[in-house]
Amino acid sequence: MVALLTDQPLLAALSALLGLGAVFGALLGFAAIRFRVEGNPISEQINALLPQTQCGQCGYPGCRPYSEAIADGDTINKCPPGGEETIQALADLLDVEPQPLDAEHGTEKEPVVAWIREAECIGCTKCIQACPVDAILGAAKVMHTVIADECTGCDLCIEPCPVDCIDLIPRKSGIGFWHWPLPEDRAPRFDVIATDGTARDAA
Amino acid sequence: MRTIHDIHGGVHPPERKELSQPGRLSDAPLPAHLVLPLRQHLGVPAAPCVVVGDTVLGGQQIAEAQGPMSVPVHAPTSGSIVAIESRPIAHASGLEDHCIVLETDGQDQWVTCVGTADWRAEHPVTLVERVKDAGIAGMGGAGFPTAVKLAPRPTRNIETLLINGTECEPYITADDTLMQCHADELVEGAQILAHIVSADAVLIGIEDNKPDAITRIAAAIERSGADIELATFPTKYPSGGEKQIIEILTGQQVPSGGIPADIGLVCVNPGTAVAAKRAIVDGKPLTHRIVTLTGESLSTPQNVTACLGTPITWLMAHAGLSAAPQQRIIHGGPMMGFAVSDLEAPITKITNCLLAPTVTELPLPEPAKPCIRCGHCAEACPASLLPQQLYWYARAKDQEQLAEHRLFDCIECGACAYVCPSQIPLVQYYRAAKGQIRDSEQEKRRSDNSRERFEARQARLEAGAAAREAKRAARKAAAADKAAEGGFDPIQAAIERAKARKTEQDQGADREPAQ
Repeated sequence: MVALLTDQPLLAALSALLGLGAVFGALLGFAAIRFRVEGNPISEQINALLPQTQCGQCGYPGCRPYSEAIADGDTINKCPPGGEETIQALADLLDVEPQPLDAEHGTEKEPVVAWIREAECIGCTKCIQACPVDAILGAAKVMHTVIADECTGCDLCIEPCPVDCIDLIPRKSGIGFWHWPLPEDRAPRFDVIATDGTARDAA
Repeated sequence: MRTIHDIHGGVHPPERKELSQPGRLSDAPLPAHLVLPLRQHLGVPAAPCVVVGDTVLGGQQIAEAQGPMSVPVHAPTSGSIVAIESRPIAHASGLEDHCIVLETDGQDQWVTCVGTADWRAEHPVTLVERVKDAGIAGMGGAGFPTAVKLAPRPTRNIETLLINGTECEPYITADDTLMQCHADELVEGAQILAHIVSADAVLIGIEDNKPDAITRIAAAIERSGADIELATFPTKYPSGGEKQIIEILTGQQVPSGGIPADIGLVCVNPGTAVAAKRAIVDGKPLTHRIVTLTGESLSTPQNVTACLGTPITWLMAHAGLSAAPQQRIIHGGPMMGFAVSDLEAPITKITNCLLAPTVTELPLPEPAKPCIRCGHCAEACPASLLPQQLYWYARAKDQEQLAEHRLFDCIECGACAYVCPSQIPLVQYYRAAKGQIRDSEQEKRRSDNSRERFEARQARLEAGAAAREAKRAARKAAAADKAAEGGFDPIQAAIERAKARKTEQDQGADREPAQ
């Protein structure tokens, strides 16, 4: 055997490579089973970036299913509540080009909360069953109300309401939510050279 | 003699303090209506405890504090409540906020004020409570509830109480005037605050451009016989920043993201100390403050003691405003203040200055030119930050890098924007970036909470469905078992019974004709 290999260097190289391949292949195969990761870690990271409105505007029943779909190759621009900011964050995470929001799924709106006109509520509990985050409180034949701090503004409670007593009102209004905006980017005067500037100022 | 340390950066803008004649103080006339915002401090707005139509006396509480980060509001004079509604307030946003409108009756009748001359016998906790009940919030500009600052901290003992009489911003002379006119009250207030926080030392720091205030305070300390140190230091903007004055006078730096109490100091404005003295010794709540009315558009720039809630337009008329074209009224000073959009807005606990400059005096900002990376801003920054980097990251909305470059250590003093040759409104970029970061942190908390609730709900629904399914399966299995065990099939049995009945009936029918 040794004699054969020394006589045939080509065969020797080939068998050495095959041998190495077999050993590392076995090692990798073992590691793949031994250190198997349960679930898809990238979908967890994607889910952490989604706004968790659970509105279903993306066409999936909630943020987690959409994050799993993105991990499986769906586009990242189907989330209107997250808007441009979420698309940018997802693009950074997945290292893909950010795309503009897909208008088919809706447009970016300011955040809202559901508000039940309590005098009109008949206590049918339909909105309670529709709420994905259990943010509506009430029982059969008594008035319901929305826990504003928990409401995601997904609007899933609007449609089931038989008496149309739910409004969506802006969540962030008033002076407490105001902060300075970025200064407007007025076009800098790139077109003037120093002497033009002095001439104009002097005039 | 105390060693005076220098701070990094800083600028020397024209001071223009002589314009408002510091040291001369008069009372502003009382307007017909006072508009008292419920949010005159940092934190949670107060809630009204009067209704429209109520008659109130001066010093009566008209809005109560909501939790620890809140202070009450008191009526500055007697009159009746005519409205509780949204009114324009002095705020950079130009938005309206809830206010109580008091129609003054000119009688200025007050509630009976009960004070304690012997405050040394009182427990600090009682005194903190009285500071809070008097509605005192930091009067230097930020309006931080003073009681929160004075509340005992289990982690660190307070060694020094520092009265910050720097007033480094140009034009403003309200604290200077207060120190000259109410020196004795200030010294007593400082002692009271030191007693509250159990500080061993009391230090009053004044910039050396206020010689009259320094002499009067020194004399007042002499008269009181108290062990109070008076320190003076060179004029430079912004030496009056809390962290800056601490570094100047002690050489120590407040840790990034920390508060002065972390290094054993409590720092208050002289106005706050005087308000604390009046609250405790005289039993009077905070209802008035000294406001500097200044700028070249005024015929008589001056310092006045005005009721909180006095409309800005009333004070401007009092100081003889001859409004020029493009007239701006700036709330605060020229470095950190903002232009007021509606002059019907009232003054509040944090209004130290109203500045009415002419356009030649303070030109309108020119359009920003591109950054030329000269680095002057980094040299001027008193917090040793890199303003230029922060500017680029704020434009790019790169929150990670902004945090990395310590955006939240920025005190928004405006020194960087002052030296910027391209006139870039740097501070506005930082304020906007801070707002965005706070916003997205809040959104993150909300979305984490929503995810938890959504997942809990999913788990509950799935558990419910599984339980129902299990029950159904159990019933099915039980039925099958029974059938298999006794050979008893209920359906088969029913069929058998029906057949039997049928046969019986048939037989009966056969028999019938026989009867």
